[in-house]
Amino acid sequence: MKAKIKADFLTGPQKGRRSFKLPSTMDSVAEVESAAEQLTQAAGLDEDEGFRVAMAVREAAVNAVLHGNGYDPAKQISASFENDGKSLIITIADEGEGLDPEKIPDPLAPENLLRGTGRGIFLIRSFLDEVHFRQLHPGTELTLIKHLSPAAHQNEPQDSDKK
Amino acid sequence: MALSIATRQLDGVTILDLSGRITLGEGSVQLRDAIRDLIGKGDKNILLNLGDVNYIDSSGLGELVSAFTTAKNQNAEVKLLNLTKKVKDVLQVTKLYTVFDIYDDEAHAIGSFK
Repeated sequence: MKAKIKADFLTGPQKGRRSFKLPSTMDSVAEVESAAEQLTQAAGLDEDEGFRVAMAVREAAVNAVLHGNGYDPAKQISASFENDGKSLIITIADEGEGLDPEKIPDPLAPENLLRGTGRGIFLIRSFLDEVHFRQLHPGTELTLIKHLSPAAHQNEPQDSDKK
Repeated sequence: MALSIATRQLDGVTILDLSGRITLGEGSVQLRDAIRDLIGKGDKNILLNLGDVNYIDSSGLGELVSAFTTAKNQNAEVKLLNLTKKVKDVLQVTKLYTVFDIYDDEAHAIGSFK
């Protein structure tokens, strides 16, 4: 069940998005991460920003494969990538039991700081401009948005507002 | 690129020179096993040289934290050396930068164990 993401699938702003279905494996995580790197490079993000976006996408893919689908070969993850000229929009969805983002403990709280897990969603939120959760019944879809235009940030609050 | 780990001893400190990625499925388990082996052998002073680690994910962060707490529970210490920009970035965002004893000079790091 190989659904390889084409290496040249994104070369810049374009209409519509490219969607992929992938098996619940770590190979799929690597493919999604690689696709995110291509997307950020094609969009002209600098290395640091590209790293942050690709890392957030990787964390979302790990969550989908591991926590959502539990490596179940009968379940797939869905990934889509879009550059609409203003933003990079990436969605990652699983077929799991669902995730309530409100119930995720704050990893920065003193009592959680030395926990071995629980930083994935926090990193995703930290490294992107917008993160949206949607329940699919079954499954969870994360939409990750990185604004491309500097003007898009002008009227936004500073980092202190980010979770 | 998976994680490679080389071990050396200097002035009573065990230095692990790590190279590659510390991520789920690529380096997390290797790092966990290496730390457990050292602590199991009774090593008290462990320095993780992350100079060639250019990527760490939430799973890798978890392993660093586990190494830190496991060592502390055994009266040992795990300290960090030579953070790359990307690893430093992730440690700062997650506030773990304040948890670890971090050095950018090996001699200073080794001296700090005494």
